[in-house]
Amino acid sequence: MDSEQLLGVADQILGWANDDEQVEVVVVHGRDSEVRAYGGEIESLTTAESQGVGIRVIKDSRQGFAYAGTLDPDVLGETLRDARDNATFGTPDEFLALTEPDGVEIPKLDLVDPEVTTFPTERKIEMAIELEKMVLAGDPRVVGVEVAEYADAYNTGAVVSTTGIRSVGSETSSYVVAYSLTSDGEDTQAGFGYSVGKGPGAIDLDKAAADAVDRGTRLLGATKPKTEKLTIVFDPYVTAQFLSIIAGTLTGDVVLKGRSLFADRMGETVGSPLITLVDDATNPEAFSATEADGEGLATRRTGLIEAGVLQSFLHNSYTARKAKAVSTGSAVRGYSSTPSVGAMALALTPGTKSQAELIADIPNGLLVQGVSGLHSGVNAISGDFSTGAEGLMIRNGELAEPVREFTIASTLQRMLLDVVAVGGDVEHLPMSAAGLSLVVSDVTMSGA
Amino acid sequence: MSEVGKPGRQLTSGTNVPEGQNRVALNETEPVFAQYGEKMIEQDLVELTLSHALEHGGDFAEVFAEDKTSSSAVFDDGKVEELTSGRSRGVGVRVVVGETTGFAHTADLSETGLLAAAEAAGAAARGGGGGVRTVALNPTTAPRPNEVLVQPNDVPKGTKVGLLERAEAAGRGAGSEITQVMARYGDSRRRILVANSDGIFTGDDQVKTMFSVSCVATGDTGMQTGRESVGHTIGFELFDAHDVEAIARRAATRALTKLAAVPAPSGEMTVVIGKGGGGVLFHEACGHGLEADAIKKQASVFAGQMGNKVASDMVTLIDNGTMSEEWGCYAVDDEGHAAQSNTLIENGVLTDYMWDLLRAKADGRESSGNGRRQSYQCLPMVRMTNTYVTNGEDEPEDIIASTKNGIYVAQLGGGQVNTVSGDFVFGMTEAYLIEDGKITAPIREGNLIGNGPEVLTRIDALGNDFAMGSPGMCGKDGQGVPVGDGTPTLRVTSLTVGGAAA
Repeated sequence: MDSEQLLGVADQILGWANDDEQVEVVVVHGRDSEVRAYGGEIESLTTAESQGVGIRVIKDSRQGFAYAGTLDPDVLGETLRDARDNATFGTPDEFLALTEPDGVEIPKLDLVDPEVTTFPTERKIEMAIELEKMVLAGDPRVVGVEVAEYADAYNTGAVVSTTGIRSVGSETSSYVVAYSLTSDGEDTQAGFGYSVGKGPGAIDLDKAAADAVDRGTRLLGATKPKTEKLTIVFDPYVTAQFLSIIAGTLTGDVVLKGRSLFADRMGETVGSPLITLVDDATNPEAFSATEADGEGLATRRTGLIEAGVLQSFLHNSYTARKAKAVSTGSAVRGYSSTPSVGAMALALTPGTKSQAELIADIPNGLLVQGVSGLHSGVNAISGDFSTGAEGLMIRNGELAEPVREFTIASTLQRMLLDVVAVGGDVEHLPMSAAGLSLVVSDVTMSGA
Repeated sequence: MSEVGKPGRQLTSGTNVPEGQNRVALNETEPVFAQYGEKMIEQDLVELTLSHALEHGGDFAEVFAEDKTSSSAVFDDGKVEELTSGRSRGVGVRVVVGETTGFAHTADLSETGLLAAAEAAGAAARGGGGGVRTVALNPTTAPRPNEVLVQPNDVPKGTKVGLLERAEAAGRGAGSEITQVMARYGDSRRRILVANSDGIFTGDDQVKTMFSVSCVATGDTGMQTGRESVGHTIGFELFDAHDVEAIARRAATRALTKLAAVPAPSGEMTVVIGKGGGGVLFHEACGHGLEADAIKKQASVFAGQMGNKVASDMVTLIDNGTMSEEWGCYAVDDEGHAAQSNTLIENGVLTDYMWDLLRAKADGRESSGNGRRQSYQCLPMVRMTNTYVTNGEDEPEDIIASTKNGIYVAQLGGGQVNTVSGDFVFGMTEAYLIEDGKITAPIREGNLIGNGPEVLTRIDALGNDFAMGSPGMCGKDGQGVPVGDGTPTLRVTSLTVGGAAA
């Protein structure tokens, strides 16, 4: 379905709104395809079309919501009735209201690569099979490829409300990802590599294959390190995950509900002077760039931390109203939920050094290549940070032996303050934060 | 935006509200397919779709239809934030040709929609043999693990909201340091129909109800959190057996206790895990590694280990999809195979892996009923159901008393595994020091890390107090499915505790 058809569906629902209620409709449509190769053959070929509608009703300062994974005409009316009925059970809240257009012009970003719609299936299959071949040929220690995949998507979404919001936009994406299996005869390891872009033309198979090979082989023979405190370097991919956790403590929602470490710290120093963190979904380079937020307001650049000083929280229209602030265009949602608040495209202001140069400055440290259990060992409310990790020791400024089966731990508060260097190696990743190498001192490595 | 798919595997302890399901209490003797099958798609249209899918050749075709409804309600920051109702419905069509699978899904259940999906899925088979294939379906039914007494859909929304209000008041009332309470109610009904070219024509109706409370306590040392959740594959009768105020008080007590927590230690030490929670350890340490898809690709440390001693003698590990009322139970899996109880490790010896249809066919055996998918939009793969270790002979008090020094983990918070290396982590959300055989100071949160094959052999005590743990959502390759797990109290002689204390 194109933008006009989606707006048509949304308008039809708005037409059923009563005078005494506010109604907001989110309608989405997506087409995606995925090809997986295994053993030189197609393992699976998936083509799919998905659609959905979410309806929010606010009446007498109460909110109700309902969604459906279909745009069948008979379901639309039922979904509106459900949302309306649900609203009668909400607690009245004077700050509940749909947003009106706020005068910030919606940026025009070029987020669609039309080739996504015309790229032939045969080429997708070739890319997946070729990627598998390249990983296998990359190093004699590669003994298998668990996954070699090409995927792309074309998504269109519209937000329309009785308060004058009318936004619609489309985005495309393509990616390849490979997981290598490596062995030195005794030890077995795995490593991933990927390449992402707006369309198939941006895909770099060589990079994806080389990363999968390198990540898998360099951990071979890894042993468990001894427990000590040391300086760590986060690989860009790990830094991006860390930034997403930090941003989760800076949303209006957790601040207003007393769940943020930084609720009372506005204007204070919360990080090293090297930390300048922005959220900017208007940067077309970002994988998660988008023109409008989940309430149909323009996305915009928000400086969260500047030179270590806390500058702003993120807000959607509800948290902004309640906090007597303005929306930062940070409403995030799918069609199956009401708008929450979240970062869309985080980025640290980069330094100038490459990862190798950063490592050269470290006499004794650790390069963290990957982490696991971020969801089970990090508590963004208390600030406790503990995660499984794997990587390479740093000895006298050079990468040394690989290590695994250990954890790294600190607190979120301390880690922000303990940042001692920021790399210049910005990498746009398939997530809501850009990555770069980040050096943090005084982290506990728990091993043997 | 689509996310980059990757074969990650992680378990989240029950935070997620089930996406949506609810159901009608059926007469036991009434075939399941007759209720759902006819309601979703007529049998002759299913047959037509299967024939169409195989029109260009192919060894196997399958139609999976799903109709899910859900409702949830959240009470947070002193008010009912919102009630949400959800509905999703659609069909996924799969065609297998040799080692290749073609898959397409649609939300359009009309003949046009189904045939288009069949066409798209069959595209993978193009160039194959072709010819007309007639598919004759043989309607069957499998016994349901348990009945549903009260359909959540029949319960007034106001009653559900009332539970939240009571829980929040109980949480706040647990102590003046409790500064925030969030209570969440969720129910879902998922009706499925599965038909394939082997003649399978069956279905299931899965109702789940869950309730959780999260509290924040604030003290001199900052904020601490506590959480408790219950969830079962039953209807609103969940609340006959579980008091929401008690759930809230347990969550609040956890948060209050941790206000006095000392930094978690770091390094290798003896770890005792309380009953129930230890299931997460087995889910990660070996559960994922025993899934036949990882085995087939040699992406598991347990490949080639069948019949070998892989764990301490006292360990018998079972994955059981028939376990009445548990979070991961069902009548048939998402490939139409009846759920069953499978012994994976018996007295320390590896006796079987877990299987879905394709992996089983390739190996010339029966599926073990572990073919599951998140929704009709996903291909099925090998997944766990309810995974647990059976009772040992030790008294739980003796296990603690005989532990000189170490930590006691009372509640776990999910985990993650790399099946290739066997390294896994799991989080501790309520834990204490053990000093001289006694449980002493509470410790702050963190992960523990170990290597599956090593940890399994280091279990030196197993209690006689078996219990199932909290409901969980298991994520694999981007798909989440509800799972259960359980253990008696157990002791691992050495695990690495990932605290920040030097």
